[in-house]
Amino acid sequence: MPAPRRPEPFPAAGEQHAPEPPPAGAEQRVPGPPLAGAEQRVSGPARARTRVVLAEVSRRQHRPGGARTELTQQTPVGEALIHGLVRAQLALALQLSAVVLVGLGGLPWLFAVAPSVGRMTVFGVNLPWLLLGVLSFPFLVAVGWTYVRLAERNEQDFTDLVQRPER
Amino acid sequence: MGNGLVVPAIVAVTLITVGIGFYGLRLARTTSDFLVASRVVSPTWNAAAIGGEYLSAASFLGVAGLVLKYGVDVLWYPVGFAAGYLALLLFVAAPLRRSGAFTLPDFCELRLGSRRLRTLATIFVIFIGWLYLVPQLQGAGLTLATLAGSPYPVGALVVAVVVTANVALGGMRAITFVQAFQYWLKLTALAVPAIFLALQWQADGRPAVTPPEGPTFRTATTVVVEHRAVLTLPDGQTREVRPGDELTFAAGEPVPEVSGVANSTTDWLLPSAAGSDDRGLFATYSLILATFLGTMGLPHVLVRFYTNPDGASARRTTLVVLALVGGFYLFPTIYGVLGRIYTPQLLVSGHTDAVVVLLPEAALGAGTTGRLLAALVAAGAFAAFLSTSSGLLTSVAGVISTDVLGHGSVRGFRLATLIAGGVPLILALNVSGLDVSQVVGLAFAVAASSFCPLLVLGIWWRGLTDAGAAAGILVGGGAAVAAVLLTVLGPPLTGWPATLTAQPAAWTVPLAFTVMIAASLATRRRAPADVSRTMLRLHGPDTLRL
Repeated sequence: MPAPRRPEPFPAAGEQHAPEPPPAGAEQRVPGPPLAGAEQRVSGPARARTRVVLAEVSRRQHRPGGARTELTQQTPVGEALIHGLVRAQLALALQLSAVVLVGLGGLPWLFAVAPSVGRMTVFGVNLPWLLLGVLSFPFLVAVGWTYVRLAERNEQDFTDLVQRPER
Repeated sequence: MGNGLVVPAIVAVTLITVGIGFYGLRLARTTSDFLVASRVVSPTWNAAAIGGEYLSAASFLGVAGLVLKYGVDVLWYPVGFAAGYLALLLFVAAPLRRSGAFTLPDFCELRLGSRRLRTLATIFVIFIGWLYLVPQLQGAGLTLATLAGSPYPVGALVVAVVVTANVALGGMRAITFVQAFQYWLKLTALAVPAIFLALQWQADGRPAVTPPEGPTFRTATTVVVEHRAVLTLPDGQTREVRPGDELTFAAGEPVPEVSGVANSTTDWLLPSAAGSDDRGLFATYSLILATFLGTMGLPHVLVRFYTNPDGASARRTTLVVLALVGGFYLFPTIYGVLGRIYTPQLLVSGHTDAVVVLLPEAALGAGTTGRLLAALVAAGAFAAFLSTSSGLLTSVAGVISTDVLGHGSVRGFRLATLIAGGVPLILALNVSGLDVSQVVGLAFAVAASSFCPLLVLGIWWRGLTDAGAAAGILVGGGAAVAAVLLTVLGPPLTGWPATLTAQPAAWTVPLAFTVMIAASLATRRRAPADVSRTMLRLHGPDTLRL
């Protein structure tokens, strides 16, 4: 059913219970979700200048779509989709923590059971000093860089899946 | 100490801080401007600001002092301080930003919908914040006392007043500019003298850091002891010294062995070995756990994530922070190592935290270069006190104004700032015997045992319940708090009890996770009904705008 996808001026009927922000630019107080710390009031006569400071600011009106509707309406399909994303991101984070756990966390143990490693010198500097004092930092940055790249790829895959046109 | 440049340098840093604060004040108008900088802070500024806020007295002074004192084993402090941002990046950064939570109590309420848990989290935020603020103020007092000869309370008072006024008047928008400026100042103030020091070391014919006969005094030195210790003189005699004792050493005389310090070359140069030093190994792993996992639970770190526009930029900001902070931590080690050669008297006096500020003049002499560099380092140290205290104060005051005073007005925030700044000042003025880095390490341990499990489980596990979270925080965090209070206030301990309370993370963090998971499973019915929606909000890519 290759229906032509046109922008719809109004949300579909089935979507009305989804949390929607008011039109952007509304300079008035908007009750947000239970976020007491972020919801702020301005005292005194400055009321007119109150702004919405909650996460809704970054949200936009969106057009209804297939998998997107599944997500926002929390159907079993949508649940499975987001569940898969969470699992993928968690697995990635755990894998990279394991790299750090072995690469850095193993060092005290290694130095303890094999003291000869600690006595080795490179360019006149003892190996533990070089590893901890200098090399650990680029190592951490490299792991972090890998994570950002792979996590963004996971999200891109998910976005592609959700935004794929309905067939 | 007769360096006339130190006080002008410190005054200049303070004036610039206040000046940028006022510049920001003219821009800050509404409460949202005030608290979260209207979220228009660019990622580069934000990353520098996070770095500037994070690098505290413990990083600027404490790490070098610890390296001087204990050697290779304490290199885990800088590694852990940096690696904390990796843990934050992997498990927390993007979902936390998407959650829209501004503080940890916000996150509790948002994820688990419990007011009581929110209150509990508020108590822990304030405790950790104050625990972290006290050593900053103390560091300020000690630095000013060392360099300018002022009485101890002056430095603490100056920092407390400047920071409280600045936060109360400028809020976070001003603070963002201030913090970013302070990061670069701190890096410069540590890196430039480090280069001069390395060159001087070359010019001196590369004296050995660990000569076979142990460290010696290069010049005739008089040491005023600041901490009670037992000295072992080269001829094998022991002598007990008390604070205030004066000892005189001739040039070339060996440094006596001091109790509680890694004196012998092997202790200092080589990591603790199995069998002979199991407690050392336990302490090392405990330190690793506390610093790796504690960063994400520090209140002033978390607040900053709200100023990123979305989850993906929060992730990128964290990566930049990791690089900035890691780059900074290359330098303190140099000071600690060269301190072995040029300022061995600090080992005897026990005032090792002063190595960074004393080393330039000790190595380069009291000429213009040495004095200029000493003034630069002092300015950097003050930047460290000011920026970390500002960040902590902003977050503690934010929590107090919204959760304790109960209204989010600008006036309420100002009142909260006074409360948040006054209490640690009183504490800092009354307890001067605490060790700067140790207290900061304890704050990390408490954060790692309370908020780390809450954040990690809350973000990644649907089964977390409010009762489970509260039980985990109370048992794990409570155990860490008890260990802190015992270490700071209790009688001196020895052996395993001392290790278990001084470095508690290795048992309190697993305890907190276990209790939180077990109690959540036992109270499964209390799991919030909207957990699926929350998960979608936390993990859904920003580009979808769900």
